[in-house]
Formats: sequence, structure tokens, C-alpha cells
Amino acid sequence: MFAPFMTNAWVAGTIIAVVAGVVGFFVVARGNSFLAHAIPHGAFAGAAGAVLVGIDPLLGLGLFAAGGALTISFLGRRARSDVVTALPLVMMLGLGVFFLSRSNQYSAEVFALLFGQVLGVSGAEIVPILLLGLVCLATVALLYRPLLLASVLPDMAAPRGVSTQAVSVMFGLILACATTMSVPVVGALLMFALLVGPPAAAGFFVSRPGRAIALAVAFALVTVWVSVALAYATDWPVGFFVTAVSALLYFVGRLFAVLRGRRSFAMRDALP
Amino acid sequence: MAPAAVTGFLASPTVHTALIVGGFVAVITGIVGVFTVVRGQSFAGHALADLGAVGGSGAFLIGLSQVWGFVGAGIIAALLMESIGVRRLQGRDVATGVVFAFGMGVTALFLYWGTTVGGSSNAAVSVLFGSLFVIDPAVIPVVVGLSVLALVVVVVCYRWLLVESVDRDLAAARGVPVRLTGVLFLVALALAVELSSLTIGAILSTGLLIGPAATALLVTRRFGRAVLLSAGLALAITWAGCLVSYESYYWTGRQGNWPVSFCIVALIFLVYLGVRLGAALGRRHAAAHAGARPAAPRPLKAGV
Repeated sequence: MFAPFMTNAWVAGTIIAVVAGVVGFFVVARGNSFLAHAIPHGAFAGAAGAVLVGIDPLLGLGLFAAGGALTISFLGRRARSDVVTALPLVMMLGLGVFFLSRSNQYSAEVFALLFGQVLGVSGAEIVPILLLGLVCLATVALLYRPLLLASVLPDMAAPRGVSTQAVSVMFGLILACATTMSVPVVGALLMFALLVGPPAAAGFFVSRPGRAIALAVAFALVTVWVSVALAYATDWPVGFFVTAVSALLYFVGRLFAVLRGRRSFAMRDALP
Repeated sequence: MAPAAVTGFLASPTVHTALIVGGFVAVITGIVGVFTVVRGQSFAGHALADLGAVGGSGAFLIGLSQVWGFVGAGIIAALLMESIGVRRLQGRDVATGVVFAFGMGVTALFLYWGTTVGGSSNAAVSVLFGSLFVIDPAVIPVVVGLSVLALVVVVVCYRWLLVESVDRDLAAARGVPVRLTGVLFLVALALAVELSSLTIGAILSTGLLIGPAATALLVTRRFGRAVLLSAGLALAITWAGCLVSYESYYWTGRQGNWPVSFCIVALIFLVYLGVRLGAALGRRHAAAHAGARPAAPRPLKAGV
């Protein structure tokens, strides 16, 4: 399991889990799961398009992720956010179908982009993951205060001079960056599961933002490590284990919250 | 566009099936879509469309009919979302996300088993992307029957849904069983979405669910009119998309047709953007006349 060819998988998985835990805290606090689904899934079309015209798939992925995030936040100024997330998503997926129909690529590659194949990571792929991951974390650290205020207490943001609109745009771009670094290696599904499950579970145990982020990172790390180990042992797709462990953590968290009678920061006045 | 080409379009039996089934599914999805958009459940609608693939791939594994796999998985997912779902939009969003991600994970597993047992990974692609031009005629009667059932549920609960969608507290005060209404609607949504996902693919299913409904709600705030407009728009766009896809054969040459899903989704998106632009220009015009005062948002009205 710790053979040399597995080292890269462990390193990549660890970096991605840290970033997903940090960014995921804001995804859950903002109620942005749909966005966390739409950007990784839509961006896969960019990779398909890049392969078609013969440029680096990472570039295509990044362009589509950023373009999708900007389109969604631009359209979101005057409409329901779920609607304006759904439409660019289906448009990007439609383009993905179009690109795939123009090339005769083997569909296993599509499967890998969607569902992930973390066991086959080359050393050269670690560099962009590390760089983009650092960019993501640095941006979150830089914008921590306004991001937190606009995410947790949106009504308080404007009086304090924080533009929720600007924060949404920035957050969309942070998600796009996290997507670009992770999807080529772990696939869209896995990134989505990591962005939602562990942070939502963490929210049931602690309520202070700093601790919730730390716990989200810890949960994401456990999820990834356990999943890589199980995927190695069983040879089943790693995406299945990541989603299963995330869902399990979420339900344990919910159970804990019900037993303790406390409410998550994401579930305030929501549980019966 | 040569007249001969249009004749070919109308003479092809594949096109007939696509127009009939696609049109039927489009109308039902368009109607259910208005409720989905008003209730803010686009994410659930999209998740259910993708989750049909779990049942589809599971049914493929054990040799069951795909239709029942799709429908069964959709209804189970809908009930699961409802049972862990919570009132506030934010919590519901997370609950939907967790169920959705887990369902996709199970799909990945089933598809993996399917490929190792001896199928092909093309199953993944066809389950997700589908195509209007490769509909299996044998599933048509089941699809039509179950779609009508979904429509009947929506029509029977129309009053409840309307009040509950617009104002939940008011509905509860007037004695509407809000919880039951929510469950019934999610089941109807699951049925409609699974069937369209099965016949025309998950992408197109979400596109037809949200696009025409959102466009119609930009044009009119009257609920009944929005439903009619959405259904009409969905039908017109689906047929136009089929035509574009069919005709694209004549201008793309050797590379083959543009995928029909792409054509329809692109049309949906362009129509929505066009109407958004028109509405924005209209607002600017109105604001200029009203002395630059922003127009107050109009409340949603019940009735036609």
C-alpha cells in the first residue's frame, strides 16, 4: 500500500483533502453545494475540449471552471441562485457532449474525469496540484474576514462595507481554482463529495468557524486516507469510498447533533 | 437549408420517435419545472436526474429492466432527501448534496462492476448523456404511462402545491398538509425527471426542467400562464433542437451530426439569455421613465 508508485497518490490526496476541507467549510456555510457540484462537473467539458484542439487539458479545465463560476455569479445578480447554477451547468455539459462527439477518445477517460482514478498519479502532476492548492489557501487566508462575514452573516456584510456580490465572485474563482487542481487527478465526483460531506459533518460537532475548518480538514483527510487504502485493497473505484465515508461522517454528525440537542451552524433553526 | 433535407427529416422514423417521445417528455418536464423553480428545488431536480443512473446501472448489473431501475432509484432518492431534508434552503442544499454524492459514488461502483463483469464503460456515458435519437421503442408505453401519472399527481395537488410553493406558513395556516405536499411533489418530480433522464439523458433532463420554466417566469408572474408558456417553450425548443441536430449533418460533413442534447441545451440557454437581456433592457427603459427609481419586485400571483 505504501509502495513507491503509491506515494504520489498519498501526497496528491493529502493536498486535495486539506484544500477541500478549507474551501468546503465556506461551501457549506454559504449553502453552495450546487455550485460545488456544478463547477467540477461542468469543467470536465473544458478538459474534453482541450484534448480536441490539442492543448493542455489543465488549461481547458481551468478556463471552463473560471468561466462557469463567472457566468453563474454574473447571472446570479438578479435571479434565484439555483436556477442560474443549473443553466450554465447544463450548457457546459452540453458542450462536453459536443466535444466528445467530435473526437474519438476512449470513454474510459471520461469515466476517469467524472468518477476519479486517484491511484494513477504521476510525479509531474503533483507540481500543479501543490501550486494551485497554495494559491487557493492563500486567497482564502487573505479574504478570510470578508468571506466569513458574507458567508455566515450576509445581512451584516453590507453595513460593514463588505460587498456580498464581490465575495461571491471571489468565492466562485476560489472554487474554480480548487476544481482545476483536483479534477484531473481525482475526478469531479470525488471533489464534490469532499467539498460537502466532511465540512457538513464538522459543522455538527463544533460551531466556532476556526475549529469547524480545522475539523473539516481532519475529516477530509481521514476520508481520503481511508478511501485510498480501501480502493487499493479492493480495487474498487476510489470515488465510491470517498462518497460513502463522507456520507457516513455526515450521518454520524447528525446523530450526534440530535443526541446532544445542538444545532449545526449550517442547520441553525432548521432541525425539528 | 434545402427542401429535400426537411423532407428527409420528416420522413425518418427515428425522427418521428424522437419528436413524439421528446415532445411528450418536454411538456411534462416543462410543467413540473415551473413548480421546481418556484420552490427553489433545481438542485434536487438535477440530482434526481443524475441519480437515475444508479438504478440504471444497478438494473443493468442484475439484469432488470432499466426503466424500473431509474424509477426506483429516483423515488428512493427523493424520499431520502425529503426525510433528511430540512426546511431552510441552506440545510436542504447540504442534505441534497450528501445524498447526491453518495448516489454518484454507488453509480461509480456499479459501473465499475458492470465493466469488469463484461460490459463496456460506454454504459457510463450513455446513462449520463443519453440521446433522443437512440430511444428504445419498447420503453415508450411505460414512459408515457408513468409520465402521465406524474402529471396527474401534480394536477391533483395543484392548489396545495401552489399555496405551499408561494407561502409555506400561509399554507399550513389554511390547513394544507404541507409535509405530504412536499413528499408528493418530490415523488412526482422524481418520476418526471427519471423518465426524461432515461429517454433523453440526464443533462437534457435538467435543461428542460429548469430552462423553459425559468424563462417563462421571467416573462409572466402569473402561475397558470407560466405553466402553459413553459410547456410550450419546452416543446418548441425540443423540436427545434431535433431539427438543428438533424440538419447539422449537411454542414458538418464527415464528422457527423451535432449531438441532439447539445443542440437542445444550447437553444435553451440562448433563449433564457435572450429573455434575461430583454427583461433587463425593459427594466432600464421603465426605470428611465419612472425617474430612475428601481421597480419594486412584483409578487407571484396565483391563478391564470
